[in-house]
Amino acid sequence: MATQQIDQFAKHLAADTQAAVYDGSKKGHEKRTQVLFDHFPDANHLRHLAGEIKQHVVENLDTYLPQVEAKLIANGVKVHWAATAEAANEAVLSIMRARGATKMVKAKTMVSEETELGHFLEKNGIECVETDLGEFIVQIDHDHPSHIVKPIIHKNRREIAKSFEREGLGAYNDDPETITRRARQHLRGKYLAADVGLTGANFISAESGRLVLVTNEGNSRFCLAATKCHIAMVGIEKLLPHDRDLGLFLNLLARSATGQQLTVYTEFITGPKAPTQPDGPEEMHVILVDNGRTNVLESDCREILRCIRCGACLNVCPVYRQASGHAYRSVYPGPVGAVLSPLLAGDKFPELADLPKASSLCGACNEVCPVNIPIPDLLLRLREKGKREGAKAAAAGTPPMGAWALLASQPTAWKAALFGGKVINYLPTKLLPIPALRAWEEKRTLPEWRGGDFRKWLKDRRVGAVALNRPLKDPS
Amino acid sequence: MTSDRDTILSRVRGALAPLPQRAAMPDWTADLVIMRQARGTVDAWTLFAERMRGVNGTPLTSVADLVALLEKNSWRHGYCDPVLWPKFAAAFPASIKVETEFDRARVDDYQFGITRAAGAIAETGTIILSEATTSRRLAALTPWVHIAVLTREQIFVDVPQAVAALPQDANVIWCTGPSKTADVEGILIEGVHGPGIQVALLM
Repeated sequence: MATQQIDQFAKHLAADTQAAVYDGSKKGHEKRTQVLFDHFPDANHLRHLAGEIKQHVVENLDTYLPQVEAKLIANGVKVHWAATAEAANEAVLSIMRARGATKMVKAKTMVSEETELGHFLEKNGIECVETDLGEFIVQIDHDHPSHIVKPIIHKNRREIAKSFEREGLGAYNDDPETITRRARQHLRGKYLAADVGLTGANFISAESGRLVLVTNEGNSRFCLAATKCHIAMVGIEKLLPHDRDLGLFLNLLARSATGQQLTVYTEFITGPKAPTQPDGPEEMHVILVDNGRTNVLESDCREILRCIRCGACLNVCPVYRQASGHAYRSVYPGPVGAVLSPLLAGDKFPELADLPKASSLCGACNEVCPVNIPIPDLLLRLREKGKREGAKAAAAGTPPMGAWALLASQPTAWKAALFGGKVINYLPTKLLPIPALRAWEEKRTLPEWRGGDFRKWLKDRRVGAVALNRPLKDPS
Repeated sequence: MTSDRDTILSRVRGALAPLPQRAAMPDWTADLVIMRQARGTVDAWTLFAERMRGVNGTPLTSVADLVALLEKNSWRHGYCDPVLWPKFAAAFPASIKVETEFDRARVDDYQFGITRAAGAIAETGTIILSEATTSRRLAALTPWVHIAVLTREQIFVDVPQAVAALPQDANVIWCTGPSKTADVEGILIEGVHGPGIQVALLM
């Protein structure tokens, strides 16, 4: 029986990386809480409401998807559907080939991480440049993002300065302002030379087909000011029923993600540029991507499709803070990833079946979630699925529970075991060859076994209560 | 061959068919999402200016103040929306060079860009730009300083009001402070891809 992979990863994580992740996520969480509750009299009510709206959308996608498609087409947008990651990438490539385009600038989109669009385009001879500063650094380092909102939370300025030096972006300088200015200058050239700008979408209104994008750096705006063709890759769960619902979701998204009231840029896009406007896309495409989402919709974990990718659950999670995002071995880390990644993996579920166990079920992720996803419940459902399907990864780190189950289901045997268990107080437990117990005892001291004492106490108390003429409800 | 559209929609229908009932759309009122700070607002510009300063934006109330800001920082070359320029020309000294045509081959020449705002949101200190009112998307983005010109009656008090008034327009953009990042060690740096200084000029 091995320990869980995520534990092993956390154990081998460099101390400064661990510190960076811990500090970054803790600060993010504190700012979120302070801002949200300072600004709204009843912030929790907003989370519940947003959760109900998104659940309504998820359970009515059969209505909303055709509705949004019709609106997008009416707005002059070309709509594509992609059932798989491969289909989504192919759709992008064929749009580019049809235009004779060879250069793309790309804003941050999680769905393109799922489909590994960048690698796919490079293989097909297309230059694809990430423009979000963090994602740009991830790209030049051939690394992976480790946080949904703060992709390079695991890197420090010295590593970044070395990467910039290696890429010919100037002599070593680890001042964050210098790093940012150099990226600004370098990426400007890329935007202005690019044929196509690719973005995701944070929301699409089914009522109007308005596509909403939020960024802080202004990179998506630059993609849409400099290029002649806009492609948006969007997961099919990103819909909202009406424009007015944006008033609720925009107020929750930035506060939950970074503690901002709104991100610096909130864009509402309804189609190609106006004829009078000299800058911007003459052509706009939306690719509606499934890539496993309909499997999630079919499962008993469909609540996870409410997710608006704010990262608040990562920031608050004690496991994420210790393990960092790469420990989750998938596009979505943290509590949301522990639910979403195994589900999106489809046939490869067994490989990620350990992730739902990377939680103490403390419930903090649910409490901070802007769409109130019951993540701990979903983790339990996935643990059960892993067990039911006999996924090996799901069993890692868990002692065999068969004997315990037998004992716990026989009252007489249970009572006898409680008293008999006292023998453990005289055993050198640290030397017992039970790996799970040893791992546990490495950090903790086993309390003295007091089997049966509680039952005795309760029994005595009941006798006492009756004597005082205070009726006590019989627990049986 | 089944198209991806049919595949996805039939999977969606199949996944939802067994549900005994679907979650209903809840009712909610916009009042819920109005910030404490914006409740009982008397003067929208005062609240806007205060909130805009809170996100490191620069609210100004006269062309003279704008000229002073440009001169103090030696920002002497910029772009101005040709519709606005006749209103500004007299107040600008000859030492500041202003073009009313924007040349994308020389984006780095423009230190400032002046364009019209489509509105503003007081509670968040946000400037609203739209396709219809922005003479050049690039001119409102690439210069180090962006000046959005707005009038008092264009200011919405809160986000729900601004959402309700979203125009039929290809590209509406809300700008809340200067472009920024905290990607490197969580340290705030302004002026990443867009302006490092965001000005709202009330006319």
